[in-house]
Amino acid sequence: MTPLTSITAVAVPLLLDNIDTDTIIPSREIRSTGKTGLAAGLFAGWRYQAPGGREPAPAFVLNQPRYARARILLAGGNFGCGSSREHAVWALGEHGIRVVIAPSFAPIFFGNCVRNGMLPAVLPAAAVHDLAQVIDADPQANPLTVDVRAQTVTLPTGRSWHFPLESEPKLMLLGGLDAIDLTLQMQQRIDAFLERDRLERPWIYLGTER
Amino acid sequence: MRDRGAPGDARLARDRERDGAADLTKSSGGSLFGKIWERHVVAELSDGAALLAIDRIFLHERTGAVALGSLAAAGRRVLDPRRAFCVMDHIVDTRPGRGDRTLMPGGQAFISETRRTALAAGLTLYDVNDPEQGIMHVISPELGIGLPGCTLVAPDSHTCTQGALGALAWGIGSSEAEHALATGTLRVRRPRSLRVNLTGRLAAGVTAKDLGLALIARHGAGGAKGCALEFAGEAVAALDMEARMTLCNLASEFSAMTALIAPDDVTLSYVQGRRHAPRADAWSKAAAHWRQLASDPGARFDEELTLDASTVEPMVSWGVSPAQSATVTGVVPGAAPQRPLAYMGLRPGQALRGLPVDAAFIGSCTNSRLSDLRRVAALLAGRHVARGVAAICVPGSSAVKRAAEAEGLDRIFRAAGFEWRESGCSMCFHAGGESFRPGSRVISSTNRNFEGRQGPGIRTHIASPETVAASAIAGSIADPRELVS
Repeated sequence: MTPLTSITAVAVPLLLDNIDTDTIIPSREIRSTGKTGLAAGLFAGWRYQAPGGREPAPAFVLNQPRYARARILLAGGNFGCGSSREHAVWALGEHGIRVVIAPSFAPIFFGNCVRNGMLPAVLPAAAVHDLAQVIDADPQANPLTVDVRAQTVTLPTGRSWHFPLESEPKLMLLGGLDAIDLTLQMQQRIDAFLERDRLERPWIYLGTER
Repeated sequence: MRDRGAPGDARLARDRERDGAADLTKSSGGSLFGKIWERHVVAELSDGAALLAIDRIFLHERTGAVALGSLAAAGRRVLDPRRAFCVMDHIVDTRPGRGDRTLMPGGQAFISETRRTALAAGLTLYDVNDPEQGIMHVISPELGIGLPGCTLVAPDSHTCTQGALGALAWGIGSSEAEHALATGTLRVRRPRSLRVNLTGRLAAGVTAKDLGLALIARHGAGGAKGCALEFAGEAVAALDMEARMTLCNLASEFSAMTALIAPDDVTLSYVQGRRHAPRADAWSKAAAHWRQLASDPGARFDEELTLDASTVEPMVSWGVSPAQSATVTGVVPGAAPQRPLAYMGLRPGQALRGLPVDAAFIGSCTNSRLSDLRRVAALLAGRHVARGVAAICVPGSSAVKRAAEAEGLDRIFRAAGFEWRESGCSMCFHAGGESFRPGSRVISSTNRNFEGRQGPGIRTHIASPETVAASAIAGSIADPRELVS
C-alpha cells in the first residue's frame, strides 16, 4: 500500500448526493477477476456518449480539460452507496484519485478506501460547496492540499477545514499498512479467543462438533 | 417478558426452561448489537475499534476469485475453510439447462476461477447446478449457515439481510474478505446504534418491502448514517422470518452498517432442524444463548426512529434511489430533482398508478423466497400478464424453486405468462449480459433503481412482489389491493 501523508492536487467537483458504486463503475465494466484494468470504466455511464462506447461526453467533469490531472474528488452525501464492489475504489485509484471529500460516505465504501490507501475525508456539505465554488473559478490555479496527519483540507489562500479521522484508519493511511499483517501479529490473541469460544459456542465450529 | 410460544412450540419452551442456567450473555442494559459485538471482541484496538471474531464468511463468483486469488498470491491460507462458503449466484445464467456459460461477456472466467480458487482453498462450494445453489442471502439462512448471534460477512452489500436471524451480518469489500479469510477476524470500527421502532401492524396488501421503502423515503438513502440498526416493535414481531429478511435487506439502501432483529420464537422455529444448525444438546445450549440476545429494557441507542406501520401503503419508486419512492396511489413530488426525472422519463406531479410498464421482474435477495412466490401466485392465479409485458420470475434458490414446483406455483406463473427460471441474482443488476429491451420501464421486486442498474437506460421501479404482479397483469403500475378486493 502506498502511504498517504499529504497531497496537493487539482480537485474535481461532482456534487450529487447518493452517487452509488454502480455509477462509479457499472458492473458491465468489470471484466476480469483482477483488481486492474478498471480506470476506463470509471463513471462509464456518465463519461461516455453511448453505453459500452468510449466517445467522451464533453459535459462530464472528468472529461473537461480544466479539471485535468485531478487527484481529489469532491462529492455529495452518502457517496459510494449501493454495491460493496471494491472495484469502485480500484477504478478511482487507477484514474489517479487519492482523496474523496464528501459530507458522508456509505460504510462499506469508506472501509474499502482505507484498505487501498485512499482517504475518505468527511466535511460538512456547506464546506464542500464552498470548496467547489472556489475551485470552479479556476481549478488548476486552486489546487487543494490535504494533510492526513493534520487532518486538514487547505486552499491556496490558506483557508482551511479540519476533517475527522479515527486513529485506526489514520495509522493505516499514513503508514501504508497492510491490515492482515497487523492482525497476524495478534495471532496469540486470536488463538486464545478460539480456544475459549469453541467450548462456549461449539455450534459455531462446523466440522468439529461431532 | 416474552410472549408464550405459539402452539406447537412446546419443544422450544422446554428448551428455554431447561437451559435457563446456560448464561453466556450478561444482561446489563445491553443492546442486541452490543451483546453480539462484545461476545466477539478478540482484542480492543484504538478509538473503540476492535478485532472481531468472524464466525462465517460467504463468497460469490463475482468477487470470490479476486479475494481468493489475492490471498493465494500473498502466500496466505484460509484460517478455517470449514466456516467459509462460496456460491455461484451473481452472474450465473438463470435460463433452463444452464452450465458455466453465461450471457455476460467473459462471465465464464469468473465462474471457473472462483470454482478453482474456492476448491483449492477448501471452501464449501455451492456450484452452478448444485441442488443447494441459490442467492447467498437465501441459501445461508436456508442451510443454517447464518445463525442467531453469529458474525457473518460477505463481499455483498445485502449481507445485512441475514440480520433478520439476529446475526451480526454485514457487507464488506474484497480486501476485508481476504482479511476475514486469512485471520478469522476483522478490524471493525464500532458503529453508532440506531433503533427503528415499527409500531402498529401492516394493513392487508402491504408488505415488509413497502415498510422498508416508506422508511427510506422518509429519512433518505443516507438516513441510517452507518449505524448498526435494530428493527423492533409490534410490526416486526408480527413478520415471519422471510419478511424480516426483506426488511433487513433494505437496510443496505438506508446506509446502515447492518440491521438486526432480536431472535424470538419465530426465529428459533425457523432455524431448528436446518442443515448446519446445532442439534440435540448443542441446540438447547445455543437456543438458551440466543434467547438472551434481545436488547434489555434499559438498552440505550445513539438514535431512535419511530414509524407507525399501520399508516404505510404499497410503495413504488419513481426516481433513481430507493429513497425516491412514493405510495402507489401517489404522484412524483412537485419538487423532485430534474436529473432522475429525465432518466426516468417522468415529470413532477405525474401519477405513478397507470404508468405503462414493459417488463415485470420477480426475484433478488429482497423478494424471491417461497412466501413471496406464494403471495404472487395467489394474485396471478386465473389471470394473465398484459399483452407486451415481458414477465420473469427467478426463484431465490434451487430449494425455493423445487418447493414452489412441488406446490404447483410454477404452473400458475407460467399460465399467467411469466418465465420460470433457475435461481440466481439474475436481472437485479446488469453485468453486461442479459437485460430488458432497450429503454424498458420495469416494475421489479429488487432493491435498487439506480441509473443503469438493470441495464443502460433501463427505467426501474422497485416495489413489493404483489405490486409487481398487479402491475404485470394491468400492464401499468397498479395497486395490488385492488386485485384482492
